[in-house]
Amino acid sequence: KMQGVAASVSDTLGNIRPWLHKVTTQSKMTDSKYFTTTRKGEIFELKAELNSDRKDKRKEAVKKVIASMTVGKDVSTLFPDVVNCMQADNLELKKLVYLYLMNYAKTQPDKAIMAVNTFVRDCEDPNPLIRALAVRTIGCIRVDEITAYLCDPLRKCLKDEDPYVRKTAAVCVAKLHDIDPLLVEEQGFLDMLKDLLADSNPMVVANAVAAMTEIGESAQTEAAARMLTWSGHLVNKLLTALNECTEWGQVFILDAVANYTPSEENEAQSMIERVCPRLAHANAAVVLSAVKVIMKLLELLTPGSDFVQSTVKKLSAPLVTLLSSEHEIQYVALRNINLIVQKRPEILKHELKVFFVKYNDPIYVKLEKLDILIRLTSAANIANVLAELKEYATEVDVDFVRKAVRAIGRCAIKVESAAERCVSTLLDLIQTKVNYVVQEAIVVIKDIFRKYPNKYESVIGTLCENLDTLDEPEARASMIWIIGEYAERIDNADELLESFLDGFADEQTSVQLQLLTAVVKLFLKRPTDTQELVQRVLSLATQEADNPDLRDRGYIYWRLLSTDPAAAKQVVLAEKPLISEETDLLEPSLLGELVCHIGSLASVYHRPPSAFVDGRVAAQRKGLPSRAPTLAEATGAADAGAEVVPTDNAQNAKPAVSVIPTQDSLIGDLLDIDMSGGGGGSGITQQSAAPAVPSQSNAMDLLGDGLDSLLGLGGPAPQQPPQQQPAVGGGSGVDALADIFGGLSATPSAQAGFTPQLESWLPAQRGKGMQIDGRFLRRGAQLQMELQVRNNAMQQLSGFAIQFNKNSFGLAPAQPLSLNPLAPMQTATTLLPLHTKGQVQKMEPLLNLQVAVKNNIDVFYFSCLVPIHVLFTEEGGMDKRVFLSTWKDIPADSESQTSLGSYSHSPDSVSNLLQSCNVFTIARRSVDGIEMLYQSMKLCNGILVLAELKISGGAFTLSLKSRHAEVYSGVQESYLKILKSSN
Amino acid sequence: MIGGLFVYNHKGEVLISRVYRDDIGRNAVDAFRVNVIHARQQVRSPVNMIARTSFFHVKRSNIWLCAVSKKNLNAALVFQFLYKMLEVMGSYFGKINEENIKNNFVLIYELLDELLDYGYPQNTDTGVLKTFITQQGVKSQTKEETTKITNQVTGQIAWRREGIKYRRNELFLDVVESVNLLMSPQGQVLSAHVSGRVLMKSYLSGMPECKFGINDKVIVESRRAADSSSAAGATKSGHIAIDDCQFHQCVKLSKFDTEHAISFIPPDGEFELMRYRNTKDISLPFRVIPLVREIGRTKMEVKVVVKSNFKAVTKVEVRIPTPLNTSGVQVICMKGKARYKASDNAIVWKIKRMGGMKEWQLSAEIDLLNATDKAKKWTRPPISMNFEVPFAASGFKVRYLKVFESKLNYSDHDVIKWVRYIGKSGLYETRC
Repeated sequence: KMQGVAASVSDTLGNIRPWLHKVTTQSKMTDSKYFTTTRKGEIFELKAELNSDRKDKRKEAVKKVIASMTVGKDVSTLFPDVVNCMQADNLELKKLVYLYLMNYAKTQPDKAIMAVNTFVRDCEDPNPLIRALAVRTIGCIRVDEITAYLCDPLRKCLKDEDPYVRKTAAVCVAKLHDIDPLLVEEQGFLDMLKDLLADSNPMVVANAVAAMTEIGESAQTEAAARMLTWSGHLVNKLLTALNECTEWGQVFILDAVANYTPSEENEAQSMIERVCPRLAHANAAVVLSAVKVIMKLLELLTPGSDFVQSTVKKLSAPLVTLLSSEHEIQYVALRNINLIVQKRPEILKHELKVFFVKYNDPIYVKLEKLDILIRLTSAANIANVLAELKEYATEVDVDFVRKAVRAIGRCAIKVESAAERCVSTLLDLIQTKVNYVVQEAIVVIKDIFRKYPNKYESVIGTLCENLDTLDEPEARASMIWIIGEYAERIDNADELLESFLDGFADEQTSVQLQLLTAVVKLFLKRPTDTQELVQRVLSLATQEADNPDLRDRGYIYWRLLSTDPAAAKQVVLAEKPLISEETDLLEPSLLGELVCHIGSLASVYHRPPSAFVDGRVAAQRKGLPSRAPTLAEATGAADAGAEVVPTDNAQNAKPAVSVIPTQDSLIGDLLDIDMSGGGGGSGITQQSAAPAVPSQSNAMDLLGDGLDSLLGLGGPAPQQPPQQQPAVGGGSGVDALADIFGGLSATPSAQAGFTPQLESWLPAQRGKGMQIDGRFLRRGAQLQMELQVRNNAMQQLSGFAIQFNKNSFGLAPAQPLSLNPLAPMQTATTLLPLHTKGQVQKMEPLLNLQVAVKNNIDVFYFSCLVPIHVLFTEEGGMDKRVFLSTWKDIPADSESQTSLGSYSHSPDSVSNLLQSCNVFTIARRSVDGIEMLYQSMKLCNGILVLAELKISGGAFTLSLKSRHAEVYSGVQESYLKILKSSN
Repeated sequence: MIGGLFVYNHKGEVLISRVYRDDIGRNAVDAFRVNVIHARQQVRSPVNMIARTSFFHVKRSNIWLCAVSKKNLNAALVFQFLYKMLEVMGSYFGKINEENIKNNFVLIYELLDELLDYGYPQNTDTGVLKTFITQQGVKSQTKEETTKITNQVTGQIAWRREGIKYRRNELFLDVVESVNLLMSPQGQVLSAHVSGRVLMKSYLSGMPECKFGINDKVIVESRRAADSSSAAGATKSGHIAIDDCQFHQCVKLSKFDTEHAISFIPPDGEFELMRYRNTKDISLPFRVIPLVREIGRTKMEVKVVVKSNFKAVTKVEVRIPTPLNTSGVQVICMKGKARYKASDNAIVWKIKRMGGMKEWQLSAEIDLLNATDKAKKWTRPPISMNFEVPFAASGFKVRYLKVFESKLNYSDHDVIKWVRYIGKSGLYETRC
């Protein structure tokens, strides 16, 4: 069997043989010869050598074993023989044996036990180097049986007289914690580790800090976690030790100190003063960790104070200096600077030139520099930047050149005064005729047109000259957009677009969509001579394309054009919203989190640790601390808050019912509606059914039929769950059924604390006779939409179906709409259960929900606002301490305060009322007749909202805190509604 | 922290593999080889994530040095450590190449055991490491000796051992500056900075305290305020404004921050005491004025004028890049030797000696093959210069370096001190 192993091993090594042979030919006898053993039967020979009487021979053999191990050969069969060599008093040999043990102990736990005695003995060796070696190695042997033996020696080593042993033992505690956290916590090792923080030796302290930080991130018990948090006293001691530590120790300490948030401004200031000298350290890691600590502490200081300004000034030079280090370190520094300039642009605003790209910079440095360059661009320095960018646009690296061209476009959008120069630079670049430059330039010019409409259309001629060279979808789409947008000024716009149409089928969807829209725009602008073209594109889109988005958009246009060209004009040629100046900005809470990770991998990836680290550690999110507001500021904020809230809340709360497609872009979104009828799982069938749509000349019929067949598929939904209340059909009080169900539907409103009024969603005149009123309810953890449908038309309505557009919270019908056919002048009420697992897309306003309801006459669209409280889940309650720490964690500037008006509620009744809407009262405090309720709620998508409700003499004031400030207005409205409902 | 460390040769064969953490499996070694070393498209970042494992690499000649981790560790620290490791290996066995690494693999494993514990960098100072990690192996050590070693390794002054003795106490200071310049074709300075280093070689007995004085404005002025008597010798004109400086581990940073005093106990032998950066009032030793004219598709004319702004200088080299499709070059220059080097795609113009305040010219005619592949255009790399001048372009001056050793009987006056200034070209480029 052994023979077999050896043979297979030497086979797998065949590829390594060449270089091994080359090495053998050297006359010099060096250690590289150990890499040469690839013969068959060598394992036997090694075995014999390992058991030789001669010391030197044994040592040679062990070296061979290690060499084999390195190149990936399996030498585990030699385990007992190697362990035999362990007792040697030769330190070098011992180290090699230990190295072997670490590698193979896990695969051979039973044999590893043999080594335990030697380890325990070595831990008592008179030579501290051997004691340390033993305790270092034993922690790396992850075998349960051994772990038990480890505790006693480790305890001794933690109190060893020699600092070298103690510093090694400190790290060993972290190793042991990784293997068996409960053991470490039970055996009191954490206390011992904490004692080491007061050690006289700086390296012991540094390693203890490193171990504590690591354990703290994965502590198992509450007690352990508490023990490992950094106190002000401890941090103070560590900062003192900073001076004496090695560069690495300084990094450990600074990274640990970054986890501590001082409670007072003075303390933060003095910490900054003590950390600042580290900025002059030669080690980039020390500098960046110091920057991290300072950036975090700055949040706690009064913005704009002299101290803050002078500190900010001190940060700039060291950051710039990092750019003269090795390329890899420059890269890390640049990724971090990218965060820093987003958080505090003032730090580097005068250092533009250091980010100029050098010819020999590696590409990863070039791309990062370019990014920062754009962030630092302002009207003051635009000339310099533009000259540089023009230079970069002539380089060879395609990615870099593209980014440079794009950057020129960004400059134009950012600095209006320079827009003209940017455009002319782009035109120069287009003249170079370098293909990818031209294409990139056209893409950015489109953005410039968006930003400054009707200003630079004189360049269109030049752009059109390059039409034929465009082969990238993005460039083609951009060019088509430009033609469509300015169709009235381009004489041959129809010819140009027609030329694209010939290859319509081969284009990518983005181009096809753009082409469709552009032709429709052209038609609306020049209806007389482009009818044929528009017919052609519509039939291409609806009949020949297999992409549902494209087809749907085609249908919509067709229908719009055939029924109401004026409306089509309003929709398609609507004014577009402006594009923002800054692009690629990180979202503030993510930016804050990343600033807490400066220097680390998260800051390099620009992603939170949870995105790439497994386990518990990742779940703990860091965030920038926030300053406790002073009295004056607090009242100021309250005033400001009061101003923001409109006086007429009722008006504000009224749901905005409007036609959805007011913007071109929205149409696309609307068409994304999954028409599978909510039954779920029929998405595929829908796709395959689509081509079966009969092609008819009548656009209206086409659309109607299409929808019928689409929705029909969704119709025969799975069995309806019996516990859910089915449709409430029937007439307006005449029908007996209606009486029964009417009674049923009335009960919940009696038992629940708060039920909103029905709102008018679709007036009859817009619904061709169908009138819809409705409201959202939450009953027993089930989100429902109550619809009251009234038939004001002269004919029977039937074939009801409902669809939601993508929305902020992923709301979607949990089952199809079931409504019986409705005779004229009849009313029916139905409850539609909803789930929140649908597709998510942020809406504006946030709680806007766009709904399509179909019946036998037509499809109707309306939008309504979902009251946010129906999205509060039953799990919104939390522990008081959690509440407190979460409240503190959220920066003060994201707090929002509003006055809700005066009500006669008692604190108890408010609490109960809100509780019924899943707003949980966590704590209550009463001071001088002012009642404070601390409340929490959790949205279905996990967003936590914390609230402080102040009741002072009947006047209610609400302060909200959440990481997502967008939800504030919704929550405030819901509070208002709830409070008003039963007043 | 660092989960594992691998060293590969250029083919991607593993030379050293040391795993520190359990979350790093053997497959990590292969993942890096497959996805980075053998990647079809060259990787564009020194940090790569492969299957939720992060790989940090640096490359030295043909050797890949790679650190691996699954945690959110300090990335700056990892690279700083990798460079430190190269430095340590270099000082043990010279050049970092495949042969040396194979020859010293046992030593490297021993070093890795000491440099990192559970992925946390420990003592990385070569001087100290050499006291107890030797290729010979430490044999019978007395208790005193080992204690001395362990105290040294973990101690406050981990970079210097006690009991050093020299018959002649001597120190050498080299101020080495790299002058970096980026100039537009029109002669406008786009960016210029000097990155300077103060290298010290100390051969001093005992544990000497050193105080170092330079002509930095901030330092000089604060010194003067603190101690009015020392102001007598300093004239205001000779001061420079350093943008930023960084110091060796041995310099007491807190003291520098509060008192602007540079004081330290130096390591024995050679080390980099200080690094600084300066962007103001730089004396640029040369100016290059390029003139490039493309005559049709097959010919180019280049004219380059070099001006020396200061003293006479020896060994100046100007590199004028030529297009890739160059077929022949005719060069005429008034001074020095100029040659077209096809392998470098450049005209290399060497001037042995150039007087101060002189101006020399080179002109060349470049014949080009008719470029068939139009997409592969030439991007006109900048003209670069290499030189070494015997002065500090920033105006940096060493004012004093005082040595105090209270326990031994030698004083500051007995120490022999040497100071030298060298100005080198860093990236000294003129766009054309």
